[in-house]
Amino acid sequence: MNLTTNLGKLKLKNPVMTASGTFGYGKEYSEFIDLNNLGAIVVKGISLKPMKGNPDPRICETPCGMLNAIGLQNAGLKEFIKQQLPYLRNFNTKIIVNILGTSINEYIELAENLEAAGVDAIELNVSCPNVKKGGIVFGTDIKIFEELIRDVRRRTRLPLITKLSPNTADIKLFAKAAEDAGSDIISLINTITGMSINIKTRRSRLANITGGLSGPAIRPVAVRMVWECFKTVKVPIIGMGGIISAEDAIEFILAGASAVAVGTANFVNPIATLDILEGIKSFMSGNNIKSLKELTGTVKC
Amino acid sequence: MSRLFKASVIENRQVIKNHFLLTLHPLDNIGKPRPGNFFMISVDNCLDPLLKRPFSIHRWLGRDFQILYRVAGKGTSILSNRKPGDTLEIIGPLGNAFPSLRSNNKIIMVAGGLGIAPILGLAETINKYRPLCFYGARTHEELLCIDELISLGIEPVISTDDGSLGEKGNIVDVLKKYLSSQLPPPPRFCLYACGPGPMLIALSDLAKTFNLKGYIALEQNMACGLGTCLGCVVNTTDGYKRVCREGPVFPINEVIWE
Repeated sequence: MNLTTNLGKLKLKNPVMTASGTFGYGKEYSEFIDLNNLGAIVVKGISLKPMKGNPDPRICETPCGMLNAIGLQNAGLKEFIKQQLPYLRNFNTKIIVNILGTSINEYIELAENLEAAGVDAIELNVSCPNVKKGGIVFGTDIKIFEELIRDVRRRTRLPLITKLSPNTADIKLFAKAAEDAGSDIISLINTITGMSINIKTRRSRLANITGGLSGPAIRPVAVRMVWECFKTVKVPIIGMGGIISAEDAIEFILAGASAVAVGTANFVNPIATLDILEGIKSFMSGNNIKSLKELTGTVKC
Repeated sequence: MSRLFKASVIENRQVIKNHFLLTLHPLDNIGKPRPGNFFMISVDNCLDPLLKRPFSIHRWLGRDFQILYRVAGKGTSILSNRKPGDTLEIIGPLGNAFPSLRSNNKIIMVAGGLGIAPILGLAETINKYRPLCFYGARTHEELLCIDELISLGIEPVISTDDGSLGEKGNIVDVLKKYLSSQLPPPPRFCLYACGPGPMLIALSDLAKTFNLKGYIALEQNMACGLGTCLGCVVNTTDGYKRVCREGPVFPINEVIWE
């Protein structure tokens, strides 16, 4: 059985990756799973300077999912390269770094430094709904979005992944724009903006008022968007949004994903990624499927 | 030994209205929890509720352990219906613990309501130092574990909001009176506390007034319990810290209340 998947020039040993922001920098999960068995680790978003994040409460549970407004808390590029990257490099898996900035120049500086530091790919975070500056601005204004990708593309040889926001009128337009601007891969979906109110206090259950919805609640939306983008672009797609089982992952693959990212499920079950990988293997062997290519985008419509 | 394990329910007994004592038997070897540690417990294998819930260790019985909890929402309501023989998936023990006693300090344990859950377990490990215990609840029915404290040789000072047992009023005021009655120089007290937010805020002020050291165990919504989601932070003099990882026990003068 061939589990490898080629995302352009980024070659993964299997299609199961982690979603940014749900796996820290890997260390916490190494106690539960062998990180060598993952297709790739996408680390928590990194900015040039440390970010302290939003006030609490930052999360609340909602039916079959959760809202979060962490606010991209991270220790910054220097700390990541010094403290986290050397550890991650001990494992035989691809290390993908999610980056975010408040200006195009910041994204470029991040990409250049990370390329020099020896990471395997960059994921442009243009779709975080929880910070006022940067983030989603780049993901919802299509002109700035294209300019950002084009400029970062010129300055790095690393495989470039653009993570798409579902909080736009038509995600296909952004998928196409990302492809045209030189993104090698697209990943989708980021969280869907949401809100939950405590009716006793009449306050939002998040200090940030709104947050990003993740978990199985958003899966049908995500599958639909992957399918739409698959029909629109030629670049490979990393599918994500509420994957909690192998069956969920296979849905995304049939809709057009060449790889899948597991997010919120890591919080629920720290061995979710490898459970899902095992499930994909047994689905393939049970159905006499020799390679992932026989599955990607083969939904009958 | 893994911190991800399954445990079977030995007993899940209602102690008073809405409050349950859950006794669990781990099916694998687990690490010995220390007072202040917590477990993430999956109340059911379902999508709603999705996340595991954090519960502090109440008592460690050698291999089995107990959780004392209140039904506060959907998750705990489902948990209260779990029967002996049911299996639950659990992660733990997690987080830090109440620090070990410095010999020249006299410990004052302060518990408010269900805050007694970790405090009783703490009492079991430090009763030889003859700690004081101040324990308040809304009403006498909600004062749990009094007999257990007494059997450890600890006679708790009690208050209830409605005056149905002990002094009427909140336990921090009772503690304040006690501290004020101590002749100078005051003994070197150290607070070990757990309880609702307003109690901990009042206790922080009291600690400042009397220049007391102390540690408080905090409660917070969590997604992972492992330190990765960054969802359970509390603001401290050293920036946001994770209740699941740097906590749940924090120095009382470190937490910034908002």
